[in-house]
Amino acid sequence: MYVATKGGERAIDAAHQWLADERRGDRSVPELSVAQIREQMALAVNRVMAEGSLYDPDLAALAIKQARGDLIEAVFLIRAYRTTLPRFGASVPVETDRMDIIRRISATFKDAPGGQILGPTFDYTHRLLDFKLMADGEAPEALRKEADAVVAPHILQLLDQDGLMEPLTDGDETPPDLTREPLEMPADRPLRLQALARGDEGFVLSMAYSTQRGYGRTHAFVGELRIGTCAVEMEIPELGFAVEIGEIELTECETVNQFTGSKSEPPQFTRGYGLVMGQSERKSISMSLVDRALRWEELGEDNVGAPAQDAEFVLYHCDNIQATGFLEHIKLPHYVDFQSELELIRKLRREAADAQVKEAAE
Amino acid sequence: MTDQAYNFAYLDEATKRMIRRALLKGLAIPGYQVPFASREMPMPYGWGTGGVQVTAACLTPEDTLKVIDQGADDTTNAVSIRKFFERTAQVQTSETTAEATVIQTRHRIPEVALTEGQILVYQVPIPEPLRFLEPRESETRRMHALEEYGLMHVKLYEDIARHGAIATSYAYPVKVEGRYVMDPSPIPKFDNPKLGGNAAIQLFGAGREQRIYALPPYTDVVSLDFEDHPFDPSKADHACDLCGSEVSYLDEVITDDKGSRIFVCSDTSYCTTRQDEGHTGRLSPEGEAA
Amino acid sequence: MTMHDVSLDQPLFRVEGLTKRYGKRIGCADVSFDLWPGEVLGIVGESGSGKSTLLGCLAGHMQADEGKILYRGRNTLTMPEPERRVLSRTEWAFVHQNPRDGLRMGVSAGGNVGERLMAIGARNYGDIRETAADWLGRVEIAGERIDDRPRQFSGGMQQRLQIARNLVTSPRLVFMDEPTGGLDVSVQARLLDLLRGLVRDMGLSVIIVTHDLAVARLLADRLMVMKDGHVIEHGLTDQVLDDPQAAYTQLLVSSVLQV
Repeated sequence: MYVATKGGERAIDAAHQWLADERRGDRSVPELSVAQIREQMALAVNRVMAEGSLYDPDLAALAIKQARGDLIEAVFLIRAYRTTLPRFGASVPVETDRMDIIRRISATFKDAPGGQILGPTFDYTHRLLDFKLMADGEAPEALRKEADAVVAPHILQLLDQDGLMEPLTDGDETPPDLTREPLEMPADRPLRLQALARGDEGFVLSMAYSTQRGYGRTHAFVGELRIGTCAVEMEIPELGFAVEIGEIELTECETVNQFTGSKSEPPQFTRGYGLVMGQSERKSISMSLVDRALRWEELGEDNVGAPAQDAEFVLYHCDNIQATGFLEHIKLPHYVDFQSELELIRKLRREAADAQVKEAAE
Repeated sequence: MTDQAYNFAYLDEATKRMIRRALLKGLAIPGYQVPFASREMPMPYGWGTGGVQVTAACLTPEDTLKVIDQGADDTTNAVSIRKFFERTAQVQTSETTAEATVIQTRHRIPEVALTEGQILVYQVPIPEPLRFLEPRESETRRMHALEEYGLMHVKLYEDIARHGAIATSYAYPVKVEGRYVMDPSPIPKFDNPKLGGNAAIQLFGAGREQRIYALPPYTDVVSLDFEDHPFDPSKADHACDLCGSEVSYLDEVITDDKGSRIFVCSDTSYCTTRQDEGHTGRLSPEGEAA
Repeated sequence: MTMHDVSLDQPLFRVEGLTKRYGKRIGCADVSFDLWPGEVLGIVGESGSGKSTLLGCLAGHMQADEGKILYRGRNTLTMPEPERRVLSRTEWAFVHQNPRDGLRMGVSAGGNVGERLMAIGARNYGDIRETAADWLGRVEIAGERIDDRPRQFSGGMQQRLQIARNLVTSPRLVFMDEPTGGLDVSVQARLLDLLRGLVRDMGLSVIIVTHDLAVARLLADRLMVMKDGHVIEHGLTDQVLDDPQAAYTQLLVSSVLQV
């Protein structure tokens, strides 16, 4: 006698056990510690923090370990954890002017007050596999010296002083919070930037790249890219002033883009902006380009129909947790729907065959 | 694992209040899609996050929860969601439709008529019935606002012109109280007649798309059609091989590599209840004897 | 097919002081005119003269900055959006220059014609199909093409289909933007002939924008000549074309072959 498939519960438990076993891999190889991941896979940790929208290197490292190195899965773990955290309040805006800089470059000026600082970058390495790392990953300590007390104003401020940059307007409005309000169109710039900041690095990169290849070109220069740590301060109502509650590492990119002008306004350069948690340089540059492309309307540019100009397209598809969930849900059972499709196609075929028979008879 | 760190039914109270406000708005405007700030849940988008959030916002400790997927209580995703609430809300669960106060479903409406006081929560992948005719959210919202639904019938017209029949077999669009066109979630069209005039509260949650909508009890729901091509909630022309029911929705199951197949109720609770009551089908031991 | 209950002693459409600016540039300025039931008004001028802007404002596709547009006594500029949309799918129609802008290219010819019927509540498939077939016949498209998509049609057929799709609900007022614009001369002549017949039989009021004075002479009862956003001459078609007053109109008329 036929018995409908049962035992979903047992199957799930067994699958989870198997997964845990696979995650550990060969027991004769030492287990990775969360600290090892945090220290030696820092850029993966940074990406998980940025796209997970939660600044906690230890938890991000744990998520990577638990997810067997699948970074989107790790982002997912972080997002789901983030949901459950109570919200005590909002910090005051971080002052990236006062960033403790480890890297700062400008493509638009040879030098600038505060200097160019290369920092720990892959930029000028030759991409040759270093087989030494296979045997022994020990690296000599880099030379260290006390940092100069550099004052590094934003480079775009210098252009700003000459009136060459489009002015930024300071608003008192509290920007909408993407994680607390539904995303609704049209989305203003703060909302777009939030979505991009947690958007999938690969998606944002490809969108940015498409603008460079002519799909909504904005002629971007990296005005300044800076990486470093910033103090996070919070107003404590009982105290009446802001206190530092910690510091976070940030990557900030400001692009200088093609200028606009009109009869009433002299030509000025425009800006794109990217700010990402952790050391995430590719993402922050990509974000600035996409931000700039999405601003076509306010800057009076033509919509050339480029994907990167389409806020609905970009914002509704940049979140990898939404995307991966929906994509993978098609592996869930759909047999009820498929059954009704089966019946429909059989019925339509039967009717078509009947009609043919009738026609032949006539 | 201890789950003391989590609030009752996982979501914090402020989030549940936000969802309840959206639910009330949805009940006040039947069929209208209310935007809500969907949270990230510990299961993936597309796997029922909307339904889970709605259920979490509705559950009280006294509730009895039933979870079905494809009509069955024991499909993996149903098991997973039921376990989630057993863990985070410690509510009673049941597989019997009549015993449940809250039923979360994916793709089916139970066969047994629901009663007043029950809540049916649907998981919805794409809440927008006009989405595949018009991809832009800003445009579809305007179409709903202005009641511009001509395009919806164009699609049905094209189906008939091409296939001789309306070729939509699930997620079949309906009009609610003569106003909003609504996607009933991917239930087979066989279930559509149960949407209207239902005694239970029907709530629809789309997590990824951040939309909630609702049908209060006894709402007027009409499946779109033409006068001369009326809506036809057909199903496979068989009886259940296990319980003999001729009125329930059936799954077709292939039983061997020669393509033999049998038909069994998709609603497992309905089917087992009938079998317990002594109903038999073609493959029942008694049935073979008969 | 004179089913209109419009009184003949008041204009169907009255425009007063209509102005549209693009920043500091003028789209059209201070345009006023009356359109009577059954009348065809041609708006002529070269490209950039503001005639398409004017048409866009009249049809509600663009928001005018100043002025009034009264349709049967109601100001369409202050009318709520839902009402204006109802108007534009019932009593109004709009024929685009490029049929692609006015047709659903992925929907069959029958579906294209039927859409307006369904939008105003037609729910009988057989009736919708019959009406669509009838209209395809009236615009000289073979009935067996009813299930083909407009992609498979020639340019002239697409334009005729667009006209059928617009006229199927018997509108009172039709806006036309260079309806013969993209077509070959021989195809143009046939389409003009068809349009003239339909306008007369149905008693339509039409506002047609064209840069082609031959089209204007064939279809329009009255003409408005536009230059730099302003109306510089306005009168009966024959009068304007045979005895132009404004220097610009004289230039315009003399620069084309007489018809």
